[in-house]
Formats: sequence, C-alpha cells, structure tokens
Amino acid sequence: MKSDKKRIGVFVCHCGINIAGTVNIPEVVKRLKEQADVIEVIDHQYCCSDPGQNLIKETIKEKKLDSVVVACCSPTLHEPTFRKTVSSVGINPYNCEIANIREQCSWVTDDKEKATDKATKIIKTIIKKVEHDEPLTPITIPVTRKALVIGAGVAGIQTALDIATAGYPVILLDKNPSIGGHMSQLSETFPTLDCSQCILTPKMVEAKQHPNITLMTYSEIESISGYLGNFKVKVRQKAKYVDWDKCTGCDVCVDKCPKKTPDEFNHGLTQRKAIYKMFPQAVPNRVVIDAPNCLYLEKGACRLCEKHCPFGAIKFDDQDQITELEVGALVMATGYELLDKQMLGSYGFGKLKNVVDGLQFERILSASGPFMGEVKRPSDGKIPEKVVFVQCAGSRDPENAMAYCSKICCMYTAKQAILYKHRVHHGEPIIFYIDVRTGGKGFEEFYKRATDEGVLYIRGKVSKIFEKGDKVIVWGADTLTGKKIEVEADLVVLSTAMKPAATKEFAQLLKLTQDEYGWFTEAHPKLRPVETLAGGFFLAGACQGPKDIPEAVAQSSGAASKVIGLFTSDTLEHLPVIAGVNEDMCSGCGICIDVCPYKARELVTTEDGKKRTVKVIEVLCEGCGACSAACPVGAAQQKNFKDQQIQDMVKGGLE
Amino acid sequence: MENFEPKIIGFICKWCTSAGADLAGTSRMKYPPNMIPITVFCSSRIDPQYILWAFKNGADGVFMGGCHPNDCHYQDGNYKTMKRIPILKNLLKELGIEPERLRLAWISASEADKFKKTITEFTESIKKLGPLSINDK
Repeated sequence: MKSDKKRIGVFVCHCGINIAGTVNIPEVVKRLKEQADVIEVIDHQYCCSDPGQNLIKETIKEKKLDSVVVACCSPTLHEPTFRKTVSSVGINPYNCEIANIREQCSWVTDDKEKATDKATKIIKTIIKKVEHDEPLTPITIPVTRKALVIGAGVAGIQTALDIATAGYPVILLDKNPSIGGHMSQLSETFPTLDCSQCILTPKMVEAKQHPNITLMTYSEIESISGYLGNFKVKVRQKAKYVDWDKCTGCDVCVDKCPKKTPDEFNHGLTQRKAIYKMFPQAVPNRVVIDAPNCLYLEKGACRLCEKHCPFGAIKFDDQDQITELEVGALVMATGYELLDKQMLGSYGFGKLKNVVDGLQFERILSASGPFMGEVKRPSDGKIPEKVVFVQCAGSRDPENAMAYCSKICCMYTAKQAILYKHRVHHGEPIIFYIDVRTGGKGFEEFYKRATDEGVLYIRGKVSKIFEKGDKVIVWGADTLTGKKIEVEADLVVLSTAMKPAATKEFAQLLKLTQDEYGWFTEAHPKLRPVETLAGGFFLAGACQGPKDIPEAVAQSSGAASKVIGLFTSDTLEHLPVIAGVNEDMCSGCGICIDVCPYKARELVTTEDGKKRTVKVIEVLCEGCGACSAACPVGAAQQKNFKDQQIQDMVKGGLE
Repeated sequence: MENFEPKIIGFICKWCTSAGADLAGTSRMKYPPNMIPITVFCSSRIDPQYILWAFKNGADGVFMGGCHPNDCHYQDGNYKTMKRIPILKNLLKELGIEPERLRLAWISASEADKFKKTITEFTESIKKLGPLSINDK
C-alpha cells in the first residue's frame, strides 16, 4: 500500500575527516539520492553537534519525515543521542537507526573508492531495516521494593543491613534457628586476630533490631515464581515446637531435657540436648526442639521441658508454616561448607578422633567452644604437645577432590598455628604446605609472624595419616630436601577444602547456574561479579567462590547496592525489541519454547479454545531472536528484526 | 579473476563480534572492505535461510560472528548457531555451494586483531574460490 510507505531521511556525517577522509561523502549522497527510496539525503560536518542535531530536527519537520537513518560512528556511541533528537520532534525513537560507517568502514579501509562503495552499501542495509521498523514503546514493569536475602551468615547480614538502611524492607532467611553462619563459629580472625564473635554479634543484633529487617530463621525456600521485580516465594518455616513469642531463651528447658545428641555447632565435638539453642549468643535467642531426637515427639513419653518451662512456651502440636512472600529481588548468600573428611581416604576417612578439620579446630580454639578455649584433643582431653596442620586437604587436588584453591586456608592455618602457640607455649605446630599464598592486605606479614613465633613450615604433601597407640602418625615428604618425613603428632588439623553449601537441587529450584563444583555463576567474571544472568538475582559472599570475611562483606555491599539501584524506582523499563507471535500463523508446535533461554514463551489455548498458540511473557524476553530463527512458519518475529527486514538488509548489502 | 571483488555478507552479533569490529576500527586496523556487516542482537537470530538467501541474492561468501562459547550475552545463543552452521554446511554441499563460502568464527569484543585477520583471510579465500557459480546463471 502506497500510503504505508515510510518517509525516510538519511543524514550522512563527515565526522570531520574521520569519515570524510576516506569516504567520498558527496558521492554517497548522490548515489543514495539516485538509488534509495528516501525523501531526503543530507550530509553534515558533525551530526552529533548542536547544529547537526538541529539540522536533523528541522529537516524532519520540513520534509514531514517519519523515519531517520544517521550514517556516522558506532551505534554504541550516538544511537541514544540521535534517538533523543528525533523523539524531541515527535518521531518514535525506535524509528531512528544508525549506519556504522566509521568504526566498520572509514577507519578500517585505505582505498577511498572502495570505502565509498562499502559505506553506501552499509547505509542501504539500514535504510532497508528502517523501511519496516515499527514504532515501539518500552515495556513498563512494576517493582516490588522488598528484598529477600537467603542465608544469614556475615554476607547475608551485611547485605540485609545495607538494603534496610537505604530504606527498603528486607527478609533475612536462614535454614538454621539462629543467624550468624560460619563466622559465629570462628575463634579469632586473620590477620588481625579480632575475636570473631565480638565483631559479628553486634551486627547480628543490629539485624534483629532493624525496623526494616524481618528475620525468618529455621526456614527454607519451597518454591519460587515470577520475574525481575515481581517474585513470589513460598517459604517453609520448620516446626520449632516452641512458641517464640512466649520463649525468653532462659534455657531452663535445656537443662531439664534428658536426651543428648551430637552438637552441630561444635561439629560433633560435644553433645547438645534435643531442645536446644544453637549457641549462647544466638539471634533470635530462642530454643527449638529437634523432633527426631525428642523423646516425647518420637516415643510419646517425657514432656519435661513442657513441665519446667516457666512461660508455657512449649508447643508439641506445632506444624511447619508456609508463608508466601512477594519480593522484587533475591540475594543468594548461602555460603560454604567444608569438604567431608570422609572424602579424604588416606587421611583416615574422618574416623580418627584426633584428626579434626579447620572448623572443628576453630571450635576447640573458641572461648565458647567444647573446652572453653583451652586447646585439648577430642579423644582424651589431653593438651596436644605436637600439632600437625595439613594444608590443601582436598584443595588443589583434581584427582581426588577439588581442583581449585580454597583461598582462605593458608591464612587460617597460620592463624590457628599462632593461636595454638599462644595457648600452649611449649607446643610444636608443624604446617605441611604445597605453596603459601599470601595475597591480601597484611597477609604476608602475618605469615612472617607465624614463622617468627615458632611455627615450622614443611613444604610437602602428606601421603597418609594413621593412629599408633595414642599418637597420630603423619607420613609426608619434604619436597625441598627430598626426604621422607614421619611425624608423631598428638593432633592433626586438616585444612579441608571449602565447597558450596547450595545444592544442585536448590540451584535448580531458583533456576540459577552453578559451575562444575556448584559455586553460583556470576553474570560476568570481571565486570558483573555480584549479578547473575537471571534478572533480579544477586550474589553475596562465598556462595560464588571461596572468599575470606572482608571479601564476602565487600561483595555483599556490592550486591546490596545493586538491589538498592533496582529499587530506586517503582517501575522498570524493559527493552521493547522483543519477539512477538502472530497467532494466525502459529501452529502451536512449541519449538520456540524450547529454544528460549528465558522461559519467556508458553503454550496456551486461544480465547475461543480452538487452537494452541504461544504467549510471550514480554518482560522476560531479552530480545535475542533465537525463537524467530527457529520458528518453522515465521510466526515468531522479533520486533524491528523481522524476517523481511533482515532479508531486505541482505539485499541492500548486495546491490 | 585477478580483479574479482567478492561480495560478502557478515552477520555479526552486537555484543561480541560487532564490538570487536568496532575496536578494530578504533585501533585503525585495515582489512578488505568486501564484507558488509549486518548486526543483530545474537547470532542465534540468524535463520539459516538468510544465509541461503544471501547466496541466492549474489553473495559469494557469508560470514557469521558470535560470542565465544560460554560468553553469549543470551546464555546459550551461540550454541544454537554452533549446531545450525555445520548442518547448513552439509546442505550447501548438496546445493553445489562450496561449504568454505560460509565461515563461522567466535570473536569477542576485545579480539579486534582476530576480527581483522579472520575477515582478511576469509575474503582472500573467497577470492581464490572465485565468484559463486549459481550467481552466474
């Protein structure tokens, strides 16, 4: 139809001599006027300058143009400029396109005649595109300005505090009854030897008391739906069998409970009761009943806690609670675990009582630990005279365990050896290492301090650890002297590898990607380290890879700032260059659904119920166009990159 | 054949190869001007039919450029391209078009030099192959 024909204006920029030096601009203008179906072709010294932009505006008005092609530099530079220019005089910005004749033509070509040919062809391809461009409006999405932080270790707490302090509500969720994470288990922190609890607990209390933070402990994610800015998350809060509104955390029930079981917080070095508080400084400072170990819940007899609770807080008929949350963004702060000692066969399969892992030794060193900070060994409570530390137990070991470096072990092993020496002055700490990696502020000095304070470093890998009498024998090799070494130790500490705490099932539930070891994958390893490719999901702390405390805290503040940035407006604009569906043509085959990386397409039945077709969830579509290429009947068409447009562009480039 | 200037269409993705081409420009690298770039958001947007369409309409060669595997801006678009192109190459053989007339390369935003070398080398190879015979008919 004639009336549908676009009134296109082409503006060719000289860019000083940057384009005009190699491209014969008058010749380009002449050819376009002769060969292309356009209303006007004008050249200008600098189209992006004020006079250049005014020329474009005046020409649009004078010639009643509805579409514009600017032939100039790369669209990454001035596409936004010219789109703004044309929209100021009433043209839809998506009907203005850039022909890149500088970076991809004049700057890469010496021959003036050939550069002129190429520039003309490039401009023709873009004219062909504009001929079928539609006016588009950005899609507006509402944003629920509330965040969910999953995992309440130091990373989660920091993220929640930062978001909450900026004025937005945050739900801080943890699977354990208390927030605090691994940092609450640590003795002192490297390289400053700050007491871990002393610096963490004020933050835990601040999180509890912050008016914008809601704690949901003893809770896990059940399901999630929705998209960036608009998630619905179902959370299962596990039955606590204690009414937390009545409980004061007085611990009377704990004293009376007769049932004992290994204490997870002390990594099995002590026993806890079936009704218990995770640790004395727990936040919330409340108790829970561990049902499988409770005599009443399992066997129907006991109820001593109920009898003695001064507040009537015990609630044996408690049930799991399902809560549905609406949030705009999620931050993963699920952290790490240590590799199971069972994985390390030659180091005793975790069976030897006096072979402990790094976190167990942290508990032994901790003032609130099993021996109240005195260094004793688990088997008989004797003070160990000789302690062997084995670095890289499971790290840098692609054959048996993890190929990566766990990053924090060199420093925490040095710290543990120093702390051991401080407590047992005549003790002999020996560290087996492959390399000592001290990249970090104050780290090299700290390593030096360890050696100065009498820690013996032996370069070599330990081959076997076994018991002989009440000693633990460590076989290793000193790779610097080439000699075999046998040490009769009283206690062995394995610096076991860190591994991600988030399981594959959990990642699948949230549709997040993990690397081969299970660490969450960031959107870009260098430039987008706190974002994921799934819009609205951010990463904080060690769930992304091994990190020490300051790094985890820094990344958490980074993730929080991304969330805060998202929340600055109550709506989001989404690129409208998305793929639609022509319902009349669509056969409902569903091929496009499989190729869509964003789950933006779904099969539906038409309103009259007569056929299957595909519906596009516009806010999820990122505009890659994979569906448009895959659709066998041409029903899926990416807006402004329609089949006809690309085919015409090809023709324009070959004329 | 000495003065044969092949016509080449280049389908390149906006995020990697087109950005690499821009960097080649900013670095003032020189390469033959035969390839006319058509920038799309993702290499996965390119329906193999467009490549056939280009050959049908006079192209002597078609270049496809995308992000390196694992680097796709759209998660896995380049893997779709990776699967489509070899199948199309087999089909080209059946149609009497030398498969070498179609070249797929992964060129990142920082690989200006690779872009220059790939386009130079591809243009040279098409020159050697001569004009596409179906276009003579």
